[in-house]
Amino acid sequence: MGSVMSSFALCYGKNKKKEEERHLRANDRELNLSYKYGTNAIKTSKYNLITFLPLNFFEQFQRIANAYFLFLLILQLIPAISSLSWFTTVVPLVLVLSITAAKDASDDINRHKSDKQVNNRLVDVLINGELRSEKWMNVQVGDIIKLENNQFVTADLLLLSSSEPLNLVYIETAELDGETNLKVKQSLTVTGEMGDSIAKLAAFNGEVRCEPPNNRLDKFTGTMTFQGQKYSLDNEKILLRGCRLRNTDWCFGLVIFGGHETKLMQNCGKTTFKRTSIDHLMNVLVLCIFGFLAFMCTILAIGNGIWEHKEGTVFTAFLPRDEGVNASFSAFLTFWSYVIILNTVVPISLYVSVEIIRLGNSFYIDWDRKMYYPRSDTPAEARTTTLNEELGQIKYIFSDKTGTLTQNIMTFNKCSINGKSYGDVLDFAGQRVEITEKTEKVDFSYNPLADPKFYFHDHSLVEAVKLEDPEVHQFFRLLGLCHTVMAEEKKAGDLLYQAQSPDEGALVTAARNFGFVFRSRTPETVNIVEMGVQKSYELEAILDFNNVRKRMSVIVRSPEGKLSLYCKGADTIVYERLHPSCSKLMDITTEHLNEFAGEGLRTLVLAHKELDEAYFQSWKARHHEASTALEEREEKLDELYEEIEKDLLLLGATAIEDKLQDGVPQAIEELSKADIKIWVLTGDKQETAENIGYSCNLLREEMDEVFIVAANSSEEVKQELQNARKKMKPDSEDEPIIIESGILGKKSKMVADETVDGEYGLVINGHSLAFALEKGLELGFLRTANMCKTVICCRVTPLQKAQVVQLVKKYKNAVTLAIGDGANDVSMIKAAHIGVGISGQEGMQAVLSSDFSFAQFRYLQRLLLVHGRWSYLRMCKFLRYFFYKNFTFTLVHFWYAFFCGFSAQTVYDEWFITLYNLVYTALPVLGMSLFEQDVNDRWSFQYPQLYAPGQLNLYFNKAAFIMCVMHSCYSSLVLFFVPYAAMYDTVRDDGREIADYQSFALLAQTCLLITVSIQLGLDTAYWTAVNQFFLWGSLAVYFAITFTMYSNGMYLIFTASFPFIGTARNSLNQPNVWLTIILTSILCVLPVVAFRFLLIQLYPTINDRVRFKVREAKAAPPPLPKRARLRRTSSRRSGYAFSHTQGYGDLVTSRRFLRRPAIGHAGGFSPSGRQQSSARQESLPQTYRAVGEASRRV
Amino acid sequence: MKSQQAANRPDNTAFTQQRLPAWQPMLSAHFVIPGFLLIGMAFIGIGVALYITSQNIQVLEKDYTGTGQYTACSECADMQTIPCICNVTFSLTTLFTGPVFLYYGLSNYYQNYRKYQVSRDDVQLWGDVTKSPGDACAPYQYIDNKPIAPCGSIANSMFNDTFSLYQIINGTMKLVPLDGKGIAWWTDYNIKFRNPSAQGSLQDAFNGTMKPVNWSKPAYELNPSDMNDNGFLNQDFLVWMRTAALPDFQKLYRRITSGDYALGLPPGDYVLQIEYNYAVKDFGRKKVVFSNVTWMGGKNEFLGVAYIVVGSLCLVMSVVMLVVYAKYKFADENA
Repeated sequence: MGSVMSSFALCYGKNKKKEEERHLRANDRELNLSYKYGTNAIKTSKYNLITFLPLNFFEQFQRIANAYFLFLLILQLIPAISSLSWFTTVVPLVLVLSITAAKDASDDINRHKSDKQVNNRLVDVLINGELRSEKWMNVQVGDIIKLENNQFVTADLLLLSSSEPLNLVYIETAELDGETNLKVKQSLTVTGEMGDSIAKLAAFNGEVRCEPPNNRLDKFTGTMTFQGQKYSLDNEKILLRGCRLRNTDWCFGLVIFGGHETKLMQNCGKTTFKRTSIDHLMNVLVLCIFGFLAFMCTILAIGNGIWEHKEGTVFTAFLPRDEGVNASFSAFLTFWSYVIILNTVVPISLYVSVEIIRLGNSFYIDWDRKMYYPRSDTPAEARTTTLNEELGQIKYIFSDKTGTLTQNIMTFNKCSINGKSYGDVLDFAGQRVEITEKTEKVDFSYNPLADPKFYFHDHSLVEAVKLEDPEVHQFFRLLGLCHTVMAEEKKAGDLLYQAQSPDEGALVTAARNFGFVFRSRTPETVNIVEMGVQKSYELEAILDFNNVRKRMSVIVRSPEGKLSLYCKGADTIVYERLHPSCSKLMDITTEHLNEFAGEGLRTLVLAHKELDEAYFQSWKARHHEASTALEEREEKLDELYEEIEKDLLLLGATAIEDKLQDGVPQAIEELSKADIKIWVLTGDKQETAENIGYSCNLLREEMDEVFIVAANSSEEVKQELQNARKKMKPDSEDEPIIIESGILGKKSKMVADETVDGEYGLVINGHSLAFALEKGLELGFLRTANMCKTVICCRVTPLQKAQVVQLVKKYKNAVTLAIGDGANDVSMIKAAHIGVGISGQEGMQAVLSSDFSFAQFRYLQRLLLVHGRWSYLRMCKFLRYFFYKNFTFTLVHFWYAFFCGFSAQTVYDEWFITLYNLVYTALPVLGMSLFEQDVNDRWSFQYPQLYAPGQLNLYFNKAAFIMCVMHSCYSSLVLFFVPYAAMYDTVRDDGREIADYQSFALLAQTCLLITVSIQLGLDTAYWTAVNQFFLWGSLAVYFAITFTMYSNGMYLIFTASFPFIGTARNSLNQPNVWLTIILTSILCVLPVVAFRFLLIQLYPTINDRVRFKVREAKAAPPPLPKRARLRRTSSRRSGYAFSHTQGYGDLVTSRRFLRRPAIGHAGGFSPSGRQQSSARQESLPQTYRAVGEASRRV
Repeated sequence: MKSQQAANRPDNTAFTQQRLPAWQPMLSAHFVIPGFLLIGMAFIGIGVALYITSQNIQVLEKDYTGTGQYTACSECADMQTIPCICNVTFSLTTLFTGPVFLYYGLSNYYQNYRKYQVSRDDVQLWGDVTKSPGDACAPYQYIDNKPIAPCGSIANSMFNDTFSLYQIINGTMKLVPLDGKGIAWWTDYNIKFRNPSAQGSLQDAFNGTMKPVNWSKPAYELNPSDMNDNGFLNQDFLVWMRTAALPDFQKLYRRITSGDYALGLPPGDYVLQIEYNYAVKDFGRKKVVFSNVTWMGGKNEFLGVAYIVVGSLCLVMSVVMLVVYAKYKFADENA
């Protein structure tokens, strides 16, 4: 885990001076303060009351658009070039700045709150010889603090002493690394002796010298000098901030790092500000627009120069030039004047509008009931509100397995005992019945110690237990004895198991319910209640699990004095060690195992044997000798284990279901129909991962081939990848096809997609992946992986997860999404374009660093196919329309320039220019981009192909932008020249003026507004009442404001501020004005209608087809067919699937493991894995929210 | 009420669940093709009506710049003799239906040049001559530190040719009465412009101000024949101050509405006597225009033609679309 973390850059690395070594003395605040170490207060907020305005504005003006408008404002204040009044820029700028400032302020207030909450937590600190309750932020380096059970660790501590024997403490590190099993830490004996004696602790003056603050979670080096002795300190003695004390009454620790210097905070990671591809495109476009603007202004400036030279000089009779202004200087001034006038091509409101749309679409995600998980009361959450449209463009999904695809809940599902298979429910005809929530459950009420959360449906097994079938009893006895689970009995009868892996927990819980209740253990005994009778088995030896052995055994002496060995392990391993007499049973069991495996269950074979007392004694002696041997201890022990674990008698097999989350296979199927590639990156073993791959439809039996890359050298990996590629596509080139593209100097290489016939899968293990990710091989790996429909990487480290994501990001022009639930997924969640966290689980790290979070994997389908698609569609429609409307607006000025001596005269009233983007056209386009949907969600699900345009970036790209510009050119030409020609030398019907500037301006702006409104109507496919209201309302507001501004009253009240007085009355009552307006709008719009109609007819897109289908269907589509879980009759054998590593075995036997019954302790593991108590949910640590917030701002 | 269990459950409203009822129009054939057909026919109808109306408007234009191909008033074009009076003669063979409007037209005259157009002070024109004129009026802001009223380039460059029209009846010239009342916008005359108020005459009101440089007489003496038509409220001044949108424009000068000419100008020979003061020959031209109006305003053939062309294009497009639709009709395919 630490390796990932260390890959993150520091986010608070701005140490004034690099600290070389940390030196501190316990209980000596003066000395420690002299080093000026950071306190334990954390600060993630950015502003305070005083600094808010200057800092915030400084930040805002760093944005290019805002700076540009500030620059414009300055230009406008220069009288010589000011072609527009100051208010045309100030009004929008102030509006934009204040909206952003308000948003920043509210964000920062939240950060202040969470900082305050964390900083004000209380902890007991030893000050001047007494324990005082202090706020976290007042804790100093060198303080000794006391932690109690279930408290969060306040800072990075050196463990001094604890309530537990041998000075052990148990901590949960889920927040830190996502691992849910408890970890053991042990203090130095010399400090442990102090116990909880306040006097001794207060007198403690150990001096610590250690490494400076860093982000390595798995390493610590330092020394402690106490009473003249020097002790070395390692990670075993350090409690890190973010951990939680479990099953330990109290402990004392010495603060080593506080606040921002703690390893957790050092790990908060530099979250690069994620931007969508549309953002990038927009930046490129804005730069292009700047270029375009400069180009237009240059043309106009040259035009002005020529005009001034030819016409202006003679026109001076009527319009004298300012002093010192000649034609060329006038051209220079004109350039800037036109920069001001044409500034609307870079619309200031664009960015604000984009943010509003994204925010709106994020709210839709938060509000979606179909992504709300009632069981844990978790709604979906859009944590980053700026990435929505990217959700509609996903090409790759990188998924974690445990907790994401699966629930990480293991259930004892089936078993085979002595050749009889249990677990299936049969109906009267002997047919297997699908087990649903309604299926009748077995009643365990005969057993008062049964776990109520355990379900089993096959009654025959209970009958067998009740009939005291010896094999069945032996079977469950084995499950009850052969494990390293620890039991905790809060109150009598209420057992809590703490298992190393959920598998083990499930097995022991099964035994418990069937009447073999594991109750407690001591180093020498295992106490179980067998069918209501308390029995104590003497534990002679634990032959623990490890990766090579793939089995574990216990040797126990029953109360009757019988010595037995119980063994459980991977089928292949145990089968090798069975007594030949079992061969018949083996065959039947194998059949059952195949059946279980076919259903994707994790199997385990159980066997036992009776031991001869004399033999065992000799073995035990040798065992003792071996275990104390100094050399080759492991090998010798292994040999001994081998020796005794043979001639076993087969008892049966268990099948545990690694429960998939609901709807995962369906969701995956639909997502892959949408042409999204799903890669599973898991820390699990190859077998487990493959198994899950099959059970969630990623790998299929009907696939042409599933390649498995498990090699041990770079060469082999290369060879295997190449072979796979050649097999998929025999004629594929040796060298990858690389498309080079360079945008703005940034050269990027892209690997072209290669298509293959047929479906293939690729499974690669962590070892091979390490080679595959090396420089020379990564392209080869990427190519091969890309040809496959499914890629599963197993045994990958968190760092590798991020590397894989980065590899794809780097060489594929595609949008990636990473989804995971644990801290080990944080790296890839941060690396991917979009990170999704599964919320409602214990570890919050993934959620906190994610951009979107929800409780179930299957919601991803809705997030992408519905929300993502809509967001993308809306954003693209918005951008297309927005650019269209602004370009059209602005280009009219350009054409007018040729008829006004290039004098930077505006076509429209200045007030119209001010209000056009802010009032007249703001709401209708927002309405469209908040409500638009081409087809509703059900049809979106029905036709996942609708997702493809987003992946291909079809709706808004450079070509679409150029189309927009050309469309605008056409519209603006019409908008200028039709009124021009219609008004040329004409008069009102009473002979008075109508071709005057003001009437012409009014005509042009009315034409423009009506045209863009109709265009909006054309673009809108989904007319809600709100859209209607916005559109008609905006038009009405336009006329209302126009008539008001041009009214007598306004002229009289604000003397001469509204010089257009009377224009509206005098021109809008003329028939030819209205005829011009109609002609102009129709001429602008009809070609678009015709073009679109023909396009639909000639080249219908998938959207058009589906929309027509919807139209035809009128009624809603039939509900999605509920697919029954696929049952495969596969011959695949699921391997030994213990997901745990070396267990507590040695702890148990080494007698370090003297746990007192910890009655009254809260927490601990519920038997069936990660399901958590609500109490725990409530106490989700706020620290990490703050950290997460901080990291996403950095 | 939400139960405690589902405290975080989102609200089930049409808005939050994006299920708002909506009208979802599509560009389908039975909507688009008839639409084009209808618009096409309507446009052709409107176009024909406009065209005919425009054809019925009588227009008589006389260029009198005095240079180039038109030589009327060439004797005055050099601007040597001041005042220079020249005559433009024309004859009408049919009745020029009344009311007849007399316009002067200027071409290549950039009244819409930004610097020119802003060179006025609306507050001053609203009757406040005591305040200092706005900076935009420069260089026609002050003379000898006295404010110019009206200030600025627009006022300064006011058109100052005058016209009088005579019908030649049996060798004698009969004056055609020209009506200069109400040629400006009502709002300009009543709201936007005001004469400065003062005790006594208008001249007193303009006391302390200077006349614009180019003007021969001060504002309060613009129309010696009608005391009420002076100052900022002089009709010709109002018309001039309403700047044109385009470099070629015409402005109303007088109407012929009274006397023997109320019904129009009868056939015969006419002389237009011009007092040639306004120098435009260096950059543009000037003309006089006689015209009558209809409901659609002055003569403008563009609108009618454009409507007919657009209408016809619509019809053509509807046929094209019908053909394409009949041939492809994609909607029948399976999606």
